[in-house]
Amino acid sequence: MSTTIRFKIDGKEIIAEKGQTIVEAAKANGVYIPTLCNFEGLPPKGCCRMCTVKLNKRYMTACTTPAADGMEVESDTPEINDFRKGIIELLFVSGNHFCPACEKSGNCELQALAYRFKMMVPRFPFLFPQKGLDASSPKLIKEQNRCIMCKRCIKAIKDDEGRSYFAYQYRGNKLEVILDKKLGKEISDALARKAMDTCPVGSIIYKELGYYQPIGKRKYDKEPIGSDIEVQQ
Amino acid sequence: MKDKIIKITSRYQNDRHRLMDILIDIHDLQGYVSDTDIEVLAQQLGMSEVEINETVTFYHFFSKKPRGKYNIFLNNSITAFMRGREKVKKTLEEECGTKIGSVSPDGLFGLYSTSCMGMNDQGPSAIINDKVFTNLTPYRVRKLIADLKSGKTLDEAIYESTGDGNNSDPDVRSMVFNNIRKRMILLERNYKKFEVIRNLLIKHSPDEIVGIVEESNLRGRGGAGFPTGLKWRFGRRVEADHRVIICNADEGEPGTFKDRVLLTEFPDLVFEGMVIAAYATSADIGLVYLRYEYRYLYKYLNRILDEMRKQNLLGENIAGVKHFNFDIRIQLGAGAYVCGEESALIESLEGKRGEPRDKPPFPVQNGYLGYPTIVNNVETLAAAVRIVKNGADWFKGFGTTDSLGTKLLSVSGDCKFPGIYEVEWGTSIREVMEMSGADDVQAIQVGGPSGVMISVKDIDSLGTTDLMKWYKPSGMMVAQKTFDRRLSYSDLPTGGSIMIFNSQRDLLNEVVMNFMDFFIEESCGSCSTCRNLPFLMKKKLEKIVSGHGVRKDIDDLLNWGRIIKVSRCGLGQTAANPVVSSILNFRYLYEQHVKAMADFDNVFDMEKSVEAANNFVGRKTILHHV
Repeated sequence: MSTTIRFKIDGKEIIAEKGQTIVEAAKANGVYIPTLCNFEGLPPKGCCRMCTVKLNKRYMTACTTPAADGMEVESDTPEINDFRKGIIELLFVSGNHFCPACEKSGNCELQALAYRFKMMVPRFPFLFPQKGLDASSPKLIKEQNRCIMCKRCIKAIKDDEGRSYFAYQYRGNKLEVILDKKLGKEISDALARKAMDTCPVGSIIYKELGYYQPIGKRKYDKEPIGSDIEVQQ
Repeated sequence: MKDKIIKITSRYQNDRHRLMDILIDIHDLQGYVSDTDIEVLAQQLGMSEVEINETVTFYHFFSKKPRGKYNIFLNNSITAFMRGREKVKKTLEEECGTKIGSVSPDGLFGLYSTSCMGMNDQGPSAIINDKVFTNLTPYRVRKLIADLKSGKTLDEAIYESTGDGNNSDPDVRSMVFNNIRKRMILLERNYKKFEVIRNLLIKHSPDEIVGIVEESNLRGRGGAGFPTGLKWRFGRRVEADHRVIICNADEGEPGTFKDRVLLTEFPDLVFEGMVIAAYATSADIGLVYLRYEYRYLYKYLNRILDEMRKQNLLGENIAGVKHFNFDIRIQLGAGAYVCGEESALIESLEGKRGEPRDKPPFPVQNGYLGYPTIVNNVETLAAAVRIVKNGADWFKGFGTTDSLGTKLLSVSGDCKFPGIYEVEWGTSIREVMEMSGADDVQAIQVGGPSGVMISVKDIDSLGTTDLMKWYKPSGMMVAQKTFDRRLSYSDLPTGGSIMIFNSQRDLLNEVVMNFMDFFIEESCGSCSTCRNLPFLMKKKLEKIVSGHGVRKDIDDLLNWGRIIKVSRCGLGQTAANPVVSSILNFRYLYEQHVKAMADFDNVFDMEKSVEAANNFVGRKTILHHV
């Protein structure tokens, strides 16, 4: 049985392996589908909805949908791009994202996506919610103003027994991601750094070491997000 | 307390998948779960404390703060407001000596609000501990609270006689009424209990049973309308050690209460449906997910299951069919509308927060604990029994070509006879109005807040802009003669919630606002879209109804409503429907509020925003710009 799959994204033929998601297959073929909550090596959970594509007239998240033979996927269309831009704007207005003062600026995926989608002024009013900050862990700061509830840290940062350091609390627009008080006190240096690197924004900050990478030499300072994937035509 | 918690968790073999039961037991014991309790739970179940906290803080009926001896959850459905909820609330607050959201100083009463509890035909109603009190008035509230203060038990405080039918069963003893107004094939009284299990299963192979249900074209009655036979066939396809049948009794769509009536009057029919589904799909695990609001039926339903076990209708080699082993457990929810979504329901059954899963994989492939799982609505299972008994051809004699059989409607709001109506698919809205005695109608909400609000006005001429056309495939754009539209999967699909609003109702301020509050409260929060947009849309709506809106605000709402369609589950995708469908069908109400000539209004009131500062320094604002 052949394990090769052929399908199309915006008319471009994609050759994929069976079992790959649309995002993975697209990436392997030089097509960038923007993602935010997705993280390589972690099970996908369509939380941010950034990678939404249209498939058989339905909106599906490309990070969770397996590629299948003969699919016709719409991704880079005005409608879908407007939704994606809308999602970025939603994340901006529902938190307090002050890029110039943020340690993650330049390495932040939300900021990079906002540049890529040319966000100027969000279409939604800023909500300026009152949010707190948890600095009780000796290694980490959990900065709630910047959290976008992507779930990456919840999935990635676990101890040897599989217990999560992070978890959701509450629901709806009161939802937040919190760090376990007990586990947070004993978190290892390596895991704390991993937590910061896993966070797409500046919500998890490793303590006692700021700006070790200078502004100007950061990931998205020169090239827009996704340009490493895109094949220049 | 620590010992008591250890005793509780060991009752469930320290199984983290039973966290819902464990938390409910702890609440029964002390009314809330403290941080120290969470610490003990984490040790016992091998989880981190934040993981336990995640489940505790998700569900509405769980609390981390001490609650009262009597916890009163007053329903905040729109129909409750229409029937005097404000006065009832005021009386409750006065009599209990506390405000909604808090506990009285003497610790006797906790007062809370709760989303629709399936009593729309007899509201305002409230849940007090695990008892339901309906048709509340200030007078009744004063009497009730006085009784409880004087030391009467809740049972004694049920002031009048109990409700009709099985509501007076000794294991139910509730003051709830069934209000069945129209019976057809599902609610007919000639049901002979368990006839199909006893006589027919042995005559048909599982494949034949699936075939009959497929042939009948029965579609899911919860609202989505997925073909039931196909679901059963998919569930059989995957190889697995266990297979699961789940009865979805979490009816949370505001305005529906038909499953409550089915479970009260025909629990045997529903359970028989589960056994048939289990036989057809070779399932061995049966679960009923019963919403917490219907906890007053828990003891009674378990008694029926016990009776079935005694008669070998559950257990091993059921009804003499070799190797057909199946049993049913009832799982209580804890207050979350989103758990009516089948994959969120499964998460909840596994002791987690009710967050929908990504699909694919579907539950039929990978469901409860990873086993192939078939989730059917209460009404669907009941209908399946009738179909297997009488044959697919008989069933096809009811309804329309694309929607066969009958549908239970839960009718409430401004009509003379709210209650349950069993009607054939294809019944028009006008007929429903006539049946229920609604003669002054401004709008009808079909399918609850996630459905559509339809009007008598001809709005065809409004469907001209591109923005409005975008919504056309969703069925929300309606053609002329809207009240002649028919209930069917192709025209007006519905899980059965019908709410009627008369010409005196303020649709935007009262109804749409209430529905948006519902979606804001009930979102699981996982998707960026459903977590944020309902709140933003409600703020925009407030801007419009307060007279600060401009015409662009209306189009903004329609545009924003499109973004929410990319949410993961049906709740999210439909969470903007109250606003969108009221714009599409009642645009003139919005137009009345907006400033026709203005392009911009920033809603900024200088005087108001410096009020606090002025008060503090004791100074008056002097406005220079006017």
